Amino acid sequence: MMKLKRYAKPFTAIMLMALVMLFGQALIELNLPNYMSKIVNIGLQQGGIDSAVPEVISTEGLSLLSTFMTEQDRQLVEQSYDKISAGNVKDEKLAKKYPNLKTVDAAVLNTSDKAQMALLEDIFGRSMYSFMSLAQQMAEQNENATVADGNSKSIDITKVYPMASMMQMLPQEQLQRVITEAQGKEADTLKQTAVVLVKAFYTELGADTAHIQTMSILKTGGIMLLLSLLGVIFAASVGFFASRAGAGIAHDLRADVFKKVTGFTNTEFDKFSTASLITRTTNDITQIQQFVTMGLRMMCFAPVMGIGGLYMAIKKSPNMSWILGLAVALVLILIITMFKIAMPRFKIMQNLIDKLNLVTRENLSGMMVIRAFSTQKHEEKRFDKANVDLTQNSLFVNRAMATMMPCMMFIMNGIMLLIVWAGAHQIEQSTMQVGDMMAFMQYAMEVIMSFLFISMMFIMIPRASVSAERIYEVLSTQDSIEDPVAPQEIANTDGTVCFNDVSFKYAGADEDVLQHISFTAKPGQTTAFIGSTGSGKSTLINLIPRFYDATAGNITVGGVDVRNMTQHDLRSKIGYVPQKGVLFSGDIDSNLRYGAEDANQEQIRKAAEVAQALSFIEEKPEGFETEISQGGTNVSGGQRQRLSIARALAKNAPVYIFDDSFSALDFKTDATLRRALKKYTENATVLIVAQRISTIMNAEQIIVLSEGKIVGMGTHKQLLQSCQNYREIAQSQLSKEELEA
Amino acid sequence: MSESKKIKMRGPMGGGHGPGAMMPGEKAKDLKGTLRKLVAYLKPFHVSIIAVIIFAALSTVFSIVGPKILGNATTEIYTGIMSKLTGLGTGINFDKILNIIFFLLGLYIVSALLSYLQGFIMTGVTMKVTYNLRKNIAEKINRMPLAYFDRVSNGEVLSRITNDVDTVSQSLNQSLTQIITSVATLVGVLVMMLSISPLMTVVVLFTLPLSLAIVTGVVKKSQPYFKGQQKYLGNVNAHIEEMYAGHVVVKAFNGEEKSIGTFEEINNKLYNTAWKSQFFSGLMMPFMKFVGNLGYVAVCILGGWLTIKGKITLGNIQAFTQYVRNFTQPIQQIANISNVLQSTAAAAERVFEFLDETEEEPDTPQAVSTQEIKGEVAFAHVKFGYTPEKIIIHDFSHIVKPGHKVAIVGPTGAGKTTMVKLLMRFYDVNEGAVLIDGYDVKQFNRGELRDMFGMVLQDTWLYNDTIRENIRYGRLDATDEEVVKAAKAAQVHHFVKTLPDGYDMVLNEEASNISQGQKQLLTIARTIISDPKILILDEATSSVDTRTEILIQKAMDNLMEGRTSFIIAHRLSTIRDADTILVMRDGDIVEVGNHETLMQKGGFYKELYQSQFENSQAV
Repeated sequence: MMKLKRYAKPFTAIMLMALVMLFGQALIELNLPNYMSKIVNIGLQQGGIDSAVPEVISTEGLSLLSTFMTEQDRQLVEQSYDKISAGNVKDEKLAKKYPNLKTVDAAVLNTSDKAQMALLEDIFGRSMYSFMSLAQQMAEQNENATVADGNSKSIDITKVYPMASMMQMLPQEQLQRVITEAQGKEADTLKQTAVVLVKAFYTELGADTAHIQTMSILKTGGIMLLLSLLGVIFAASVGFFASRAGAGIAHDLRADVFKKVTGFTNTEFDKFSTASLITRTTNDITQIQQFVTMGLRMMCFAPVMGIGGLYMAIKKSPNMSWILGLAVALVLILIITMFKIAMPRFKIMQNLIDKLNLVTRENLSGMMVIRAFSTQKHEEKRFDKANVDLTQNSLFVNRAMATMMPCMMFIMNGIMLLIVWAGAHQIEQSTMQVGDMMAFMQYAMEVIMSFLFISMMFIMIPRASVSAERIYEVLSTQDSIEDPVAPQEIANTDGTVCFNDVSFKYAGADEDVLQHISFTAKPGQTTAFIGSTGSGKSTLINLIPRFYDATAGNITVGGVDVRNMTQHDLRSKIGYVPQKGVLFSGDIDSNLRYGAEDANQEQIRKAAEVAQALSFIEEKPEGFETEISQGGTNVSGGQRQRLSIARALAKNAPVYIFDDSFSALDFKTDATLRRALKKYTENATVLIVAQRISTIMNAEQIIVLSEGKIVGMGTHKQLLQSCQNYREIAQSQLSKEELEA
Repeated sequence: MSESKKIKMRGPMGGGHGPGAMMPGEKAKDLKGTLRKLVAYLKPFHVSIIAVIIFAALSTVFSIVGPKILGNATTEIYTGIMSKLTGLGTGINFDKILNIIFFLLGLYIVSALLSYLQGFIMTGVTMKVTYNLRKNIAEKINRMPLAYFDRVSNGEVLSRITNDVDTVSQSLNQSLTQIITSVATLVGVLVMMLSISPLMTVVVLFTLPLSLAIVTGVVKKSQPYFKGQQKYLGNVNAHIEEMYAGHVVVKAFNGEEKSIGTFEEINNKLYNTAWKSQFFSGLMMPFMKFVGNLGYVAVCILGGWLTIKGKITLGNIQAFTQYVRNFTQPIQQIANISNVLQSTAAAAERVFEFLDETEEEPDTPQAVSTQEIKGEVAFAHVKFGYTPEKIIIHDFSHIVKPGHKVAIVGPTGAGKTTMVKLLMRFYDVNEGAVLIDGYDVKQFNRGELRDMFGMVLQDTWLYNDTIRENIRYGRLDATDEEVVKAAKAAQVHHFVKTLPDGYDMVLNEEASNISQGQKQLLTIARTIISDPKILILDEATSSVDTRTEILIQKAMDNLMEGRTSFIIAHRLSTIRDADTILVMRDGDIVEVGNHETLMQKGGFYKELYQSQFENSQAV
């Protein structure tokens, strides 16, 4: 695939942009679960309070907490808070948020310094945790001594203060014990406990905690939506760049392959076969386009998301990363097993479909024969066998797929359950919060999905690389015929064609198809070639327009070696009629004009008349404007051949080549055409390949070929006497009288 | 050629990764009728299908309850940890969570099992239906009048048996279950959401019109580009095919520049539509994701508020967010399915149309035996046309005595094979009758009638099997010795012996591993083995080398010995030796007689003959 690299080069910038956007998109997608977890952790679980440091606290509350602080802590806290007496609030916003400040003495946080806040966070976390843990110990001893609200899961502040007085009565050691215990706790644990108490203090001051919660969710949600909007923009940009790169590369490749193939000679067409060249220019390139577009969009995305998901998940909880390993292993095992089981059957699928198609096609094309021999039952049996084979195979493959899906779903669901179970333990130990667990689930999902995609990649890459290889084969083929560096100009209209000891061998063949061919075809004369199939007639005349190059000897047209002029100049001197009457889509006129664009109406008419095409053209309601479908399938074989003859005649060339071009004509048309042709090509060199002796027996020069060698040359009469080979052909085709005539 | 083109044109994207929801599917002309027929086709499988529906629905329902129950586990964890934090309780109740997990595990296993069973049964049904459809089409082909295939190309019939049946099969396999699961999911999720919080459900439902607007917007915007892409891709491919196939002509007439010019023009157009269609269709996913996130945030805000009020739990919110995610997917799927169903119906309609075509008239129950037939052929006031509006044979009567040779001559396209088709009753005459030994051909059983004939056409049809089997095709119960004997009579034994595997050599798919002339000899051997009473021969014109042609001539002479023969003749010697010459022009028989009488008559035959002969005289 690397061989086609240079086609990606003009799109490097675009593809890089796509990759940058892709990283942006991945970054955003990887962070979204974080925000979701934040909504759950802070917004839902912590009631929108994300710090252990209260922004306002009642004086009573502060003094309660200071019981659990060291002297140093206490000083810092005192510096950080301004005391305000009841009803003396200057900040209106604050007063509005905490209406009870009118009646309660309180302290307001006066700093937002980061370092200081971190210290305070720790101080409040520890002190609040100590209080809570002490309160819990007391609750265990005495059922009434609880701080919790009976109904909701929050703390009832009114029960807190009586508790405080009880605590002060406790021995100093017990107090000291909880403080030390708190020092050993993780910050997360401290904070989670603390926010519960902070919420209670806010409630004490009359704050609308529900509002605080809603605002917190709205804020995080807002950021999340903004991010996700940004994600849309990134994703769209990825799509934009990827589509342009894919379509652009396909466009360039297609153009280059088409140009390359247009320049191919018959040698290359023989090597690849026309059908294969068509698929290489169409399907194979579409394959590459899909690969580039999908590749940029999905294939690069999947590994990024997979690795990113792994990283984020492990960051959330390193203790649970083994679950991810297990998930990936299970998915891989499932995929590999499925592949192992279904792949062999999957591979033969196309063969079985082809077989079914083949039998059907044979049934359709051989309909007359099948009915003539009354073998319908036999054919039905043949079809049924192909049908049964295909049905059983696809049943197996489809059932394998039908097994895969539920297994996949089950693995995913099972993994989720495992995460909940393991997560519950992590949460119990306060090393994780509920929201983090939910985020972990999402990351696990991303990781599994990306592994699925990556395994799909292994199916797509080989397919695309086969296509790329096939395209590269075409592009890297050296043209076997090239124009000379300094072509000879040829101005004369002399159409003499001369073969000087010409031999020819097809590329890769062992033996020469043509051996030591020498002859001269003169203007105003007809030179005809006859011989059995495989004798090399068609090959011989294909050397004249340089569809192939002779391997030895030389060919001159108008006295100039065909290799010394440009192919364009050479071919403009030749009116060529191929074996098969190939027409192009368009109308009759455009087809006849194909070689002579500026011919006038009169010349076109004349050519059609000589080719015996005028009568049927004029019979058609639209005459010369009659539409011709692709390949000329809407006119009969004979008409196609006559049009292709007319097309060559319209060129008014000094040399005409007819490669077995009269085979689809009946005797009558054949005869009249040749008579008209003789007159029309009075001064031209005419070369005719034929199967029927009657077509050529008036030629001035007949060349008999056998196994690539000239075995006879002369007129019909001369050859009948001198050439055994010619006589055999004549005897098989003509009646006695005709032979003697 | 035309066949492969047809197939390619319908799916030019190759791998079948069709544009999916983006392309407006073809529409069936009679959607209701077609669906009714399809349902009738599925009737024998109604037990399985009902099972599939139940399994699919149950499996979906089971998996839908999952999140809500899993939510309970979350709530349990949450309240556990909260109680621990507030000092109210002992922390998380792991027993309860374990119970939930095991319950869910059971649920998921049952759901997976049901889903597997559903898939297993449905695949079986689909494959059986596909098999039957193909079988019915294949058998139908044999019962249809040849006239049908004059109208409809082979490629089209082939496309019905492959593409159309495949489309029906695939959508049965996937779409049917998808409809069930989508609807079940939609209803199930809705119920679950309502059970958690009607208020939140309403809010989620409000995001629906938004996603609907986005889907239709994107589809509307991208559809013209998709159509354009299909069109230009078709044009590019057509141009490539045409230019490559006519490569020699392009070169010979210096048409390279023109061809490249046309190509670049279409290629640029293709590029412009291709990237746009890819781009716009790619927008759908991110947009839908955004709407999903919008719903998520809305659910969280509302959920948070409801939790404070103690109406729902945290686990409920978690479950709810999962339901929101599952909610948009089936809607998209259902929107997609209607498209898929449309094209399925269109494909099914083509299949059923074919199956409903009129068949050949059935044979008479009291068929005349062909045992004693001598081979006298009579045409009595035959009137015939391939279509009733265009009668080509107007009124033809003639009697051919047993053992006589009849040459059919005329210019190309004069309809020489028409006579063959009438004799073998591939077509029925419009008026008059074709009689064999005095019996109307309609009085025979078709198979027996055709068994009386031996046919060697220029279009040598052989099939992908061994040479031996291809010769035996003339009479399937012939022994190996008889095959060899026939091959010898057909002058092909020696040639077969020189092949790598002799009689056991397998002819390849195009039967291109032996030459045209050898194929012709094999078809002659095949006809010899069938030992026909009446012969129909098509003389080779070209593409056969001299030596083989002599062999073929000899083989045909062997074959004609003592049999009534109809020869589509190109060789003058054959024509002059014939007992009767039928001269055809523009489909009709214009002159009948032997060479001498026709020459004397000085009509079309003489003209035809002389146009050929004057050349020889000019030498």
